[in-house]
Amino acid sequence: MLRRWREPGIRGHEATAGWLFLLPVIVILGLFLILPIALAAWVSFSDWNGNGSPLGAHAHWVGLANYRDLLTTPSLDQSNFGTALRNNFYYVLLVVPVQTAIALFLAVLVNRGLRFVGFFRTAFYFPSVTSSVAITVLFLFLFSPSGVINKLLSYVGVTGPSWLYDPRGLFHVILDQLGVHQAPASLANGTFLGVSYWDWLAGPSIAMCIFIVMAVFTTSGTFMLIFLAALQSIDESVDEAAALDGASEWRKFRHITVPMIRPALFTVLTLGLIGTWQIFDQIYVGSKGSPSNTTLTPAYLSFDTSFNQNNWGVGAAIAFILFGIIIFFTLVTRVLTRSPDRLPRRRRFGPTGPIGDPDASHIVEAAQ
Amino acid sequence: MSAAVSATRVRSDASVVRRRRVGISLRYGFLAVLAIVYVFPFIIAIATSFKTEPDATANPLALRPHPATTQAYHDLYHGSDFTTWVKNSVIVTLSVTLLRVFLDSLAGYSLARLRFRGRGAAFATVVTVMAVPGVVLLIPKFLIIRQLGIYDTYYGMIIPLLVDAAGVFIMKNFFESVPISVEESARIDGASTFRIYWSIVLPMARPALITLFILSFQGSWNELSHFIVSTQSPSLFTLTKGVAQLASGQLGSGNRYPLKLAASILMTIPVAVLFFVFQRRIMNASSGAVKE
Repeated sequence: MLRRWREPGIRGHEATAGWLFLLPVIVILGLFLILPIALAAWVSFSDWNGNGSPLGAHAHWVGLANYRDLLTTPSLDQSNFGTALRNNFYYVLLVVPVQTAIALFLAVLVNRGLRFVGFFRTAFYFPSVTSSVAITVLFLFLFSPSGVINKLLSYVGVTGPSWLYDPRGLFHVILDQLGVHQAPASLANGTFLGVSYWDWLAGPSIAMCIFIVMAVFTTSGTFMLIFLAALQSIDESVDEAAALDGASEWRKFRHITVPMIRPALFTVLTLGLIGTWQIFDQIYVGSKGSPSNTTLTPAYLSFDTSFNQNNWGVGAAIAFILFGIIIFFTLVTRVLTRSPDRLPRRRRFGPTGPIGDPDASHIVEAAQ
Repeated sequence: MSAAVSATRVRSDASVVRRRRVGISLRYGFLAVLAIVYVFPFIIAIATSFKTEPDATANPLALRPHPATTQAYHDLYHGSDFTTWVKNSVIVTLSVTLLRVFLDSLAGYSLARLRFRGRGAAFATVVTVMAVPGVVLLIPKFLIIRQLGIYDTYYGMIIPLLVDAAGVFIMKNFFESVPISVEESARIDGASTFRIYWSIVLPMARPALITLFILSFQGSWNELSHFIVSTQSPSLFTLTKGVAQLASGQLGSGNRYPLKLAASILMTIPVAVLFFVFQRRIMNASSGAVKE
């Protein structure tokens, strides 16, 4: 060891250079990622109200009080948190499967063998490069009460709702059409996280549907690229052999294509889950949680509780619970999409995994 | 099922060709409809930005403004801080993008090529950090930025965005795919490590650097949440923050859709230009990376 330091030789300065090259990255990641998490963890166990420094005399240790406030003690904080969880849950439930299906469908359509595929790929991908702010403004216009969507609906004889101003849950609206106008007593009385069972079953509000459509519109192009990359690595001869054997398009897709793009499917589902649980920008720009808190999401609630209500401890606690939720769903996806014949580790989490994919990093960034 | 398969097998070539032709027309049909769905919103946005407000409200679907006016753009320029927002966005995006490409490639090179103790641990840290969702960090980042005394300054806006773990990862992957022999001969000639990195490795890394440039530019130009928590004074508003305020604020009377859409279109132009210039690379970037 010592010898190597004393006599640098041809690789001798490498250690110094190695650390020097890494230094800026380590300092910045440490300062703005690792240290902040530690500080926020402290705040989530404190009663800091935004005055002075969270490390100063204004903040006191309160133990798990903030977490209890959210999870076990009936309070306004709790019902807001429950509502935000419900809203985001339905958002995820609708966005993730739909965007994955559409992205895969688009990728299959533009895969190969057609002219002008370049044009179509561009058209489908373009929404992904625009900012969430610009897209939200555009969608608020499209879905305004006298906007494009309602105009289109009027041509087929449907009177559109007032969208952003309509807090009714989608499932409640459907039940209403079927003649169920009120909650049965069994569902109206019980509550979970400060929200009645009946309200848990409300579905996404009409207002939230705007954000659901918007998410599908903006992210399906990005995920299409991930699927496309996977599809193009499938050897064409496999496809043709199946065709010669007389397999129908659907059977080919189901039994050849899908198993071969399983790693890409894992990537898309994971990124979808991570991204959809983080929806913030769109809510900040578009609705700030209105109407009647039906577009409130945990990420926005965490921000609002801290920055606007100065309840920093609770806000930080929400952020950590959200973190837990995201990790949980990532692990669940990993287990569910595990191939039955157990692919070697490298293929499952290798270059196609969310980490190695340059596009993936971009989505994570965009989702922030 | 097997009966169906063998039945297909004995079909004549002609029927296979016909079936394929039907399939192709079907695909074109789907593609055309979907392309309209994806492109139409942007076209209608451009059209609306040249409408008067009553026209935009009464005829939201009309592609031709009646009367056509640039009033929205005029109002945006004179009635808001639009130029300040543009200036701030340009300053922040250029600083972040250039420095990030440099720092990420430096670190990626170190992790891929240089041998030193602790390299594995450093890399593991980078990967772990990458898994932390950004929204969770909003409050923590604000706390640190304030603690460091750089709240409401360009430093607070720029420095935390300078490094992204994903970029380091991309560069590391790239450097590992480049043959090492050229560097070795330079090393034997006595070039310093930085010298090798700067004049031999970087020029070879152009494709990866461009990918990183695109991702960083797009990411920092479109960034909103970080600026929400790192600044408050209107003089530091970026385009995203300014237009977000336009969208939710009650600026004057009416719904102001032409104005808001004009602002959205203008803020989209730089990323759109970048996208069309590097279109082929963006479309191939992911396939190249996944294929390796």
